[in-house]
Amino acid sequence: MNDPVLDISGLTVDFGGVPAVRGVDLHLGRGEVLGLVGESGSGKSVTALAAMGLLPAAAHVGGSVRLDGAELVGAGDKALSRVRGNRVAMVFQDPLSAFTPVYRIGDQIVEAIRTHQDLSREKAAARAVELLDLVGIPEPRLRAAAFPHEFSGGMRQRAMIAMAVANNPDVLLADEPTTALDVTVQAQILDVLRTARRETGAALLLVSHDLGVIAGMADRVAVMYAGRIVETAPVDALFAAPRMPYTLGLIGAVPRLDADAEGRLEPLVPIPGAPPAPGALPPGCAFAPRCPLAEDRCRETEPLLTAAGRAGKATHPAGAADPAHLAACVRAEEVGALRPLDVFPVPGTDGALRKAGPGGGRPVADDVLRVTDLARTFPLLKGAIVKRRVGSVHAVDGVDLDIRAGEVLGLVGESGSGKSTTLFEILELRPPERGSVEVLGRSVEGLTRRDARALRAGVQIVFQDPMASLDPRLPVGDIVAEPLRAQHADRALVARRVPELLRRVGLEPAHADRFPHEFSGGQRQRIGIARALAVDPRLLILDEPVSALDVSVQAGILNLLLRLRAELGLAYLFVSHDLSVVRHVADRVGVMYLGRTVETGAVAEVFARPLHPYTQALLSAVPLPDPVRERARTRILLPGDPPSPTSRPSGCPFRSRCQVFAALDPGRKERCTTQAPALAPQGGDHTAACHFPAERAVL
Amino acid sequence: MAAYVARRAGYYVALLLVAVCLSYTLAATALQPRAYFEARQPPPRPAAVDAQLTALGIDDRTPLYDRFGHWAAHAVRGDLGRTIDDTSVNDEFGRRVGVSLRLLLVGTLAGTVLGILAGAWTAVRQYRLSDRLVTVGSFLLLSTPVFLLAVLLKIGAIRLNQALGTDLIRFTGETTPGLRGGWWAHAKDRAVHLLLPSLSIGLITIATYSRYQRSTMLDVLGSDYLRTAQAKGLTRRKALLKHGLRTALIPMSTFFSYNFLAVFTGAIFTEAIFGWHGMGEWLVGSIGKDDVNSVVAVSSFAAVVVLFSGLVADVLHAALDPRIRHS
Ligand code: SF4
Ligand code: SF4
Repeated sequence: MNDPVLDISGLTVDFGGVPAVRGVDLHLGRGEVLGLVGESGSGKSVTALAAMGLLPAAAHVGGSVRLDGAELVGAGDKALSRVRGNRVAMVFQDPLSAFTPVYRIGDQIVEAIRTHQDLSREKAAARAVELLDLVGIPEPRLRAAAFPHEFSGGMRQRAMIAMAVANNPDVLLADEPTTALDVTVQAQILDVLRTARRETGAALLLVSHDLGVIAGMADRVAVMYAGRIVETAPVDALFAAPRMPYTLGLIGAVPRLDADAEGRLEPLVPIPGAPPAPGALPPGCAFAPRCPLAEDRCRETEPLLTAAGRAGKATHPAGAADPAHLAACVRAEEVGALRPLDVFPVPGTDGALRKAGPGGGRPVADDVLRVTDLARTFPLLKGAIVKRRVGSVHAVDGVDLDIRAGEVLGLVGESGSGKSTTLFEILELRPPERGSVEVLGRSVEGLTRRDARALRAGVQIVFQDPMASLDPRLPVGDIVAEPLRAQHADRALVARRVPELLRRVGLEPAHADRFPHEFSGGQRQRIGIARALAVDPRLLILDEPVSALDVSVQAGILNLLLRLRAELGLAYLFVSHDLSVVRHVADRVGVMYLGRTVETGAVAEVFARPLHPYTQALLSAVPLPDPVRERARTRILLPGDPPSPTSRPSGCPFRSRCQVFAALDPGRKERCTTQAPALAPQGGDHTAACHFPAERAVL
Repeated sequence: MAAYVARRAGYYVALLLVAVCLSYTLAATALQPRAYFEARQPPPRPAAVDAQLTALGIDDRTPLYDRFGHWAAHAVRGDLGRTIDDTSVNDEFGRRVGVSLRLLLVGTLAGTVLGILAGAWTAVRQYRLSDRLVTVGSFLLLSTPVFLLAVLLKIGAIRLNQALGTDLIRFTGETTPGLRGGWWAHAKDRAVHLLLPSLSIGLITIATYSRYQRSTMLDVLGSDYLRTAQAKGLTRRKALLKHGLRTALIPMSTFFSYNFLAVFTGAIFTEAIFGWHGMGEWLVGSIGKDDVNSVVAVSSFAAVVVLFSGLVADVLHAALDPRIRHS
């Protein structure tokens, strides 16, 4: 570390006087992977962009960024353009918009090569094909001629990495490179990033909000909060003994896929409050308003990033402080010995609501939802004026679910697996195209309008994006009262219910007069939940309820959901792409692939003993926020992307990517290619749709 | 690409037929050629009026579809009929079409190119002084009616000529009558005459295009791919030209054909004010005379111009955005 290739010191960025980055020091050693973690608005992406001089003109950048000693801050566009893409290359978050839509992928890579190397067009084109091959794009020669919109998200991100390593850079900056991707694709991309690093020997600055990704990739980690680095340490030390309460809280707030030795899950610790707005920082430590350990001195001066965690001279014996482990907290030393739960109390009963591992069995109760062999196809239309049907999209093609009263079913699957269509089909309360739907014990076949209205009150939905689902012109009280009014509730009832509901979800009754924009994301989701509870539903459908939220806020919502469920005896259909979240809230889980349920069972059972190869791959792809365990795992990497739901292959739909199928002998392969496996019991209430189910450790 | 253009061309031919049918129907029902003849002094005999109308093929006693059939049968053979004064529509058309095309093309083409450049340039310099000046200027121009602008330009030119004491800028008609001299003198003379009419058309085109181009360019300026282009080592200027401008031009090509219609309408005033004998002047005169065949001829010309510009726009669009050709 005596010779950092990228040396950022005292970096500041402000946008029209509003500070986004406030004095950041980062040193990236040659070939090193430095993880930069933080929640949205912490300034981590701005830091990375500022390092490359890619911020919009309105940003005012100060401090210093040195690449091998040469200063980049304040360098002219000409000088910077010689560095960018050549010695420092970048991989951006959203690969859809990161390529110019009107040029072929291959040509865009060629351009990157020829900007810095004196190569003929033909040679550069050949090199581009090589690069596409390196990042695992099948038929690279052919695919080089494709336009960006013809690539899937994962393929585009591969191409992006190919472009980034085109000139053998010394430094790669990756800004949330896997955030928009499905988990199995994320695992592929992280693997490609590793390959890219191996080939180029480049150092990597990996910006991410995902502690699991960081745990698996980084050598060292820097944590950002409110525009500053608040802690930095080698990855193992950071995860094992964080010294800054915020880091500790983050680690405690992330739901984990793995249970501890006794099969127990730690309760999630929510960090109270929300990050400060960039223009309105509190005096002293920016984390003080949310920090349970805050003292008066914390609010006086902002603590510096120091080895001992002390603002002043170290008074303890030399050697106690690890010079590589820095924290900006006056109580760093004490924090090092604490666990998340010691610092962030989990309010009231929430901590006791944990399930104690497998067992317990299902409640003896009526079904609130039973879906059997549900199917829904959409016509695929073509033509500008006269539309003609050219095929069908089999969005849902055989879904089975059942939820008993008071039970939580997690529905997991990647994008395009048909989760959302399944929800909409259930909420329609109309006879499905194929199969049957029973809601609160009633078949949706032949419902009268009045029956449908009554059923509708019994099933409420909470949406993903709390801002989009709340009418910005209505005060919160009216929003919450909406379902009551739809049921023609009288005024007195509304007046009584609204404060009660707000209190129930952890808001103040006085909030009823405010408007949605006055609330933080987490609070808005609470409003959405209060609205859903207004008419005393028995089943709550939660459509990705926490995926728009930062982890520290997400934990609070998940705890709230668990508490509500215990207090009100609610059943949830909890749809999520995040398996760790499902592991935490659900009793049972249904795994979907290409419109079909491929595995169901108790969460503890399915996650510990997955039988379907897809479930195994899915679980294997989820990164664990624990560097030791994460690095010890062997991954099942699924090849390619899910096939398009317009084609309906014979036999098992997972065949094209199935790792078990690939290893079968021809005789047994035959079965997978010709017979579609049905969802079959595998002992207890565990079912899987595979001809050759076998246990495999994935965590 | 060829297949794509052929498909679009077929589509525009169909639209053209619809446009011609509609303009004939409208002209033949709204205009009253009978009244035009009857109002003559001394009033002609009714039988003479009938005979005249029948001869011109615009007798309102004949059912509309028969009249249209008669007209169309001639039109497909390239004969657009007779004017109300019993001269050939074709001859008149031939005399005027070149005048109008010269007027329209120079103004719009120059205006389009300059407008796009101004728009892109101001977007890059958003909120700086130059951007503000162009913005204020274009709003002033956009809120000025064409005829007022033309008159103002004319007054300005007169003042300038007076100040210089020569006829530097000439603005009446297309050429100076009785001009002697070689090919070069004639070309120069025409260019000088074209200046003000083209300006009056071009300035407004610049103003409109710069507004639209500025906003599409601003969208592109904030785009991720422009950042990617810079991240791979293109200078800002190169990234803007190669990745930004091209993408920002795509939505403009659609706008191109719409704008042409507005320009055509505006050109009617321009012609009148600068004494050009083009299609616009003819249209106004023909409507006044209830001259059905001439009005249909001018409307068809307008339709051809607009639809042709639509085709040009499609070709541009496909050239800029290869995804169209491939889908
Ligand atoms: S300095 Fe004080 S307020 Fe800030 S994190 Fe440490 S203990 Fe909490
Ligand atoms: S049935 Fe065959 S192809 Fe399908 S998941 Fe099982 S092993 Fe794989």
